[in-house]
Amino acid sequence: MGAITLDRIMAVQAAYIRCIDSDALEAWPDFFVEDCLYKVTTAENERNGFEAGIIYADSRNMLSDRVLALRKANVYEKQSYRHILGLPSILKNGGDEAESETPFLVLRIMHDGQTDIFASGVYVDTYRAHGTDIKFARRLVVCDSSRFDTLMALPL
Amino acid sequence: MNVNVSNSGGGLSNAAQPMEWPEGELTRIPFWIYQNPEIYALEQQRIYEGPVWNFLCLEAEVKKPGDYRTTFIGSMPVIVARDFDDEIYAFENRCAHRGALIALDGGGHARDFTCVYHAWNYDLKGNLKAVAFEDGVAGKGGMPKTFCRSDHGPRKLRIALFSGLVFGSLSDDVPPIEEYLGEEIAAKIARVLCKPVVVTGRSTQTLNNNWKLYFENVKDTYHASLLHTFFTTFRINRLSQKGGMVVDPSGGNHASFSFIDKSSQEHDYSALGLRSENEDFKLKDTSLLANIDEFGDGCHMQILTVFPGFVLQQIQNTLAVRQILPKGQYQTALNWTTFGFEDDTPEMKRARLRQNNLAGPAGYVSMEDGAVGGFVQRGVASAGGERAVVEMGGTSTRNEGTRATEASVRGFWKCYRTHMGV
Repeated sequence: MGAITLDRIMAVQAAYIRCIDSDALEAWPDFFVEDCLYKVTTAENERNGFEAGIIYADSRNMLSDRVLALRKANVYEKQSYRHILGLPSILKNGGDEAESETPFLVLRIMHDGQTDIFASGVYVDTYRAHGTDIKFARRLVVCDSSRFDTLMALPL
Repeated sequence: MNVNVSNSGGGLSNAAQPMEWPEGELTRIPFWIYQNPEIYALEQQRIYEGPVWNFLCLEAEVKKPGDYRTTFIGSMPVIVARDFDDEIYAFENRCAHRGALIALDGGGHARDFTCVYHAWNYDLKGNLKAVAFEDGVAGKGGMPKTFCRSDHGPRKLRIALFSGLVFGSLSDDVPPIEEYLGEEIAAKIARVLCKPVVVTGRSTQTLNNNWKLYFENVKDTYHASLLHTFFTTFRINRLSQKGGMVVDPSGGNHASFSFIDKSSQEHDYSALGLRSENEDFKLKDTSLLANIDEFGDGCHMQILTVFPGFVLQQIQNTLAVRQILPKGQYQTALNWTTFGFEDDTPEMKRARLRQNNLAGPAGYVSMEDGAVGGFVQRGVASAGGERAVVEMGGTSTRNEGTRATEASVRGFWKCYRTHMGV
């Protein structure tokens, strides 16, 4: 089991956004450990200590369920995201557990070509070394704005 | 080449009598009502500034003296504050001097307000208390001796408190809040807001449609299982659901609800609720649906609206208020505030956090509502002279024992037309 390094963090960040942006959502839960916490929230809610998320999953199974719901149940116009990441700042690194913050910008591209800035913010992550991989134990998606256009179907 | 250019300067150009309500009373809704800028201006005057109670915020959001929130009634910016006499006040967020916003942020804590432009100062009741350089400088300038501060100030709202909800009105003719809500609706609000609440989150969903399309959508029980297929796709057996809908006499307020049959209650709801023949269509984590009968009456879903823009939501244990604000003819802000109660156990807190996935901008049973109004708005782009058909369940606007009806949508139009005179 190798130590967590900046290289490995950058690799997992890149693979994560590639997964979502290329519509490989079925592989998305694999980036997380089984007892993960994934939450999409806002900077305002974080400042106020408000715990509720726009999306809240405290198990990897809940992430799989969201993908299944998006594929089989929920109705939304065809759309895709393009995530652009800034550089991760490593806040803590204990070798087999680490924390970082990575800024993101997400464009939403609708089926008719309309492209808008859908969200910006920061990923606040805790990683856990997992065999030869590192996985997210906790991924807090803190959006800068509290305003969301139309709906949030695909995850950030 | 000659090209004939016809006048197409808006959705109304081809309508024969664009401001005329079509035959059929409340069962036909003309599409110009979602498009016309004159209607939009009239709504501000006759609805939001008229004899209605506008939802402003939760009492819990202005809990301590000095706490304030900024919000809107229609397009009018408003400050809601708790003064040091412990009473809640609301007034237009507009300086009496040049009209600038008095408070620039969403809320906080203040002893008073000072307009940034020329430093005119207001107390938490909205009274003008000080004018900078009122007596001039070194004997020169200043306001005339005849100037009286108490003659100037932003418009003040009347306040009504009900079960922890703060409502405001500019009208002296609006009925008392209990009467405005109607007995049945009032009881159903009090049923949910039965003890001190704690806010757990806020967000705003921008809807690309006229506000009325969203308000109709919330009142429309007909679409629920058709548009939102989450529960049906996963064959979540809602057991022997009983339910119905009530509409208040004005038509503007409604509540729809469903009950779990008491006789089935002893069974493990989450285990029973997730029968599925197809493994592929089965949720892996059933904790999302572990409903706790917290109000002790078996009612696991209640959606309630108050004219002109308030929604109280109980979907299992996920509780929220939604405020519907117009932002132009073609855009609406939907403000979500999720909450729990002060005495929530850690288990209940966790249940609410999980169940919040059902509602909000990414909610399993609500995300579609953020888009469907836009589908209508885009669909009717050139159909200002055409009309919608709202005839499910007949023509009545009253209570029904079924949710296969559009009675509450017709109720909305009854109330709307009374206010608007259209």
